[in-house]
Amino acid sequence: MKKAVDKKKIKEIVKKYDGDRSAAVAILQDVQEEYRYLPKDALTQLSEEMAVPLSRIYEIATFYNAFSLNPRGRYLVEVCAGTACHVQGAFNLMSRLERELKITCGETTGDDLFTLEEVRCLGCCSLAPVVRIGGNIHPYLTQDEIPKVLRNYRK
Amino acid sequence: MSRISTLEDLDRAAKRGLATLFPKKTKVMVGMATSGIASGAQEVYGALAAEIKARGLDIILGKTGSMGMDCIEPLVDVLEPNKPRLSYSKMTAKKVPLLLDQLARGAFDGIKPAYRMDEEDFLVQGDKKSYFKGKLPESFKDIPAIWDIDFYKKQVKIALRNCGMIDPENIDEYIAKGGYYGLQKALAALSPDDIVEDVIASGLRGRGGGGFPAGTKWQTCRRAHSDIKYVICNGDEGDPGAYMDRSLMEGDPHSVIEGMIIGAYAIGAGDGFIYVRNEYPLAVANLQRAIDQARAYGLLGKNILRSGFDFDIRIGKGAGAFVCGESTALMASLEGKAGEPRAKYIHTVEHGLWNRPSNLNNVETWANVPVIIARGGKWFAGVGAKHSTGTKVFSLVGKISNIGLVEVPMGIPLRDIIYDIGGGIPGGKAFKAVQTGGPSGGCIPDKMIDLPVDFDSLWEAGSMMGSGGMIVMDERTCMVDIARYFIEFLVSESCGKCVPCREGIYRMNEILHDICAGKGKKGDVEILESMAEAIKDGSLCALGGSAPNPVLSTIKYFRKEYDAHIREKRCPAGVCRALIRYGIDKEKCTGCGACARKCPTECISGEKKKLHVIDQTKCIKCGVCMETCKFDAITVE
Repeated sequence: MKKAVDKKKIKEIVKKYDGDRSAAVAILQDVQEEYRYLPKDALTQLSEEMAVPLSRIYEIATFYNAFSLNPRGRYLVEVCAGTACHVQGAFNLMSRLERELKITCGETTGDDLFTLEEVRCLGCCSLAPVVRIGGNIHPYLTQDEIPKVLRNYRK
Repeated sequence: MSRISTLEDLDRAAKRGLATLFPKKTKVMVGMATSGIASGAQEVYGALAAEIKARGLDIILGKTGSMGMDCIEPLVDVLEPNKPRLSYSKMTAKKVPLLLDQLARGAFDGIKPAYRMDEEDFLVQGDKKSYFKGKLPESFKDIPAIWDIDFYKKQVKIALRNCGMIDPENIDEYIAKGGYYGLQKALAALSPDDIVEDVIASGLRGRGGGGFPAGTKWQTCRRAHSDIKYVICNGDEGDPGAYMDRSLMEGDPHSVIEGMIIGAYAIGAGDGFIYVRNEYPLAVANLQRAIDQARAYGLLGKNILRSGFDFDIRIGKGAGAFVCGESTALMASLEGKAGEPRAKYIHTVEHGLWNRPSNLNNVETWANVPVIIARGGKWFAGVGAKHSTGTKVFSLVGKISNIGLVEVPMGIPLRDIIYDIGGGIPGGKAFKAVQTGGPSGGCIPDKMIDLPVDFDSLWEAGSMMGSGGMIVMDERTCMVDIARYFIEFLVSESCGKCVPCREGIYRMNEILHDICAGKGKKGDVEILESMAEAIKDGSLCALGGSAPNPVLSTIKYFRKEYDAHIREKRCPAGVCRALIRYGIDKEKCTGCGACARKCPTECISGEKKKLHVIDQTKCIKCGVCMETCKFDAITVE
């Protein structure tokens, strides 16, 4: 879901950290919180406001898994790929989600509702396998329950 | 909140905390760590709040962290004055009215408590306090005591001392449990050198992976020349399968903060950072609240406890990069850069964050420090094994009956953890291996079940302690697939700085993928082994240096499985999709049709109450039929 970049908002975020270059990761996190991804216009503005080359900003934005340069859907569907989840068959959950949502990992559905991603261990190993959808953790998920779970978010 | 300056102020806060820990009226607590919330604790808490209000009950409703046994959450604890504390497992919003009904009747006839606690351990003070006076009331005798439960029987809680017992949002309860008394002692009675000596005497080794002696690290950092120094808490916990640090940060954030203040005083640091991974929002929230509370009490900030010592802590949030658990990468990330490690011959204790001497320890290590200072290094050294003192928290997960966090004395045999505490493998399946140390560790096979679990024994077995993940695997876990899984993980997490790691792991991944897809060739295992050596030698940081471990240890102990994949194009565990086919057992199939209804490609057919068959051309091998069948009739070969 694209939202136009509000120049004032970006300015505020930079100001919150006094334009401190060492806060680059935190600043990008705040921007992503606002737009659910890192819009190109926002990155260009950050580069100017912080007097940091755009290439530096892109280096950070592409290094960390949590950042996305592509717009994300309303709900981020994160399949945990931790060891406990893997042993309990998380790969089957991923394939089922891909089939149900008709997208592959990393893509967003046409209606901008879901973005499917893999995440490196949510630290809920005792509840494996887990999938986090829009911040809610679904424990002991079976592939069979997936259509029903998704239906609840479609409402 | 008024500032705490003296021992008397601390005592007053402790008294307030004790009043809520042992209240004069009934208190109901819900375990609200991430694991509890994921299991539905929020709904239970909401239902309790609504029902207590609707009934006009005079009951205190509180929150606590996780007790560790996550497989029985949501957990609700009930503490009535002068009675044992009771824990109700697998609570739901629906059960809430029943619970309050039976509470009013003074009975436990409907919902049975999972266990009772007779006394609360005050580890820091070396004391216990009973929940009731005199003998155990007769009516409670049928409820098992917590220490009679297999899961808890062999546990010794030091790092997790307060998790699940106190309200992490209430600093007074932490103080009542002896919290910040270690700090008070350190600032009032000990010199920085005394503290370093005590930590050396404790034998405490880093709980984050390497097992480096904490005291030695502190000493080097203390001796480093600089007017500015830093202490850092590594809360990045990137090892998949480990989550004890999350539980600690969520359930007892002050123990980490107190440990860091003591460390900073010993080293001479004025600023501290806690680097928490992006995936742990509740840990960040609880830590931030705790920092604010400590600041309000004057336990952080200027002139702490009127000692003249200034120190403050900030939180840095990670952004999802496994390599940032490595100390130099973490520091680069804190500086706002891409988290790439650097060569280790320049030690971070001398040139770390912003090139200043920096002492980094992980969450669990810091949480042990207040107890060491309060009880003395010698006391701590008396727990555990000779060269691995104290306890270690493990996350016992995977194919195991009792899933959760367990804290055990170092040196305990692996058998005790798997069978006594863990309750063995569910479904009557055979234990095959346990994976420790995350992507840097290895797999320990069933024949080594009597191995003592400590830093050195695990290392000798070709694995490592790591941060304490213990992923149990049974006969249905494919070891080649596990090796492939870890290597694939590392391919995307390698930062790309060192060529042998970046290209070598990539190539190993291709070979392992081929083996799992039935395209393995003779000689593949030998190529994997020789590449492993090159990657180990040619990488700057521990991520690369230890990356081949999961492959090497599985080749060492499970060579036969590799051979079966390569030579016979067969996956003995029945996991690798390209090499398996599902079938239906003639004898066992009852023709109930459950599998056919669940099959996403509708490839199972058959008449009602008659044998069903799978159309192999349409089967996508998702295994949902096997998960569904109640009669064990689905076979895999």
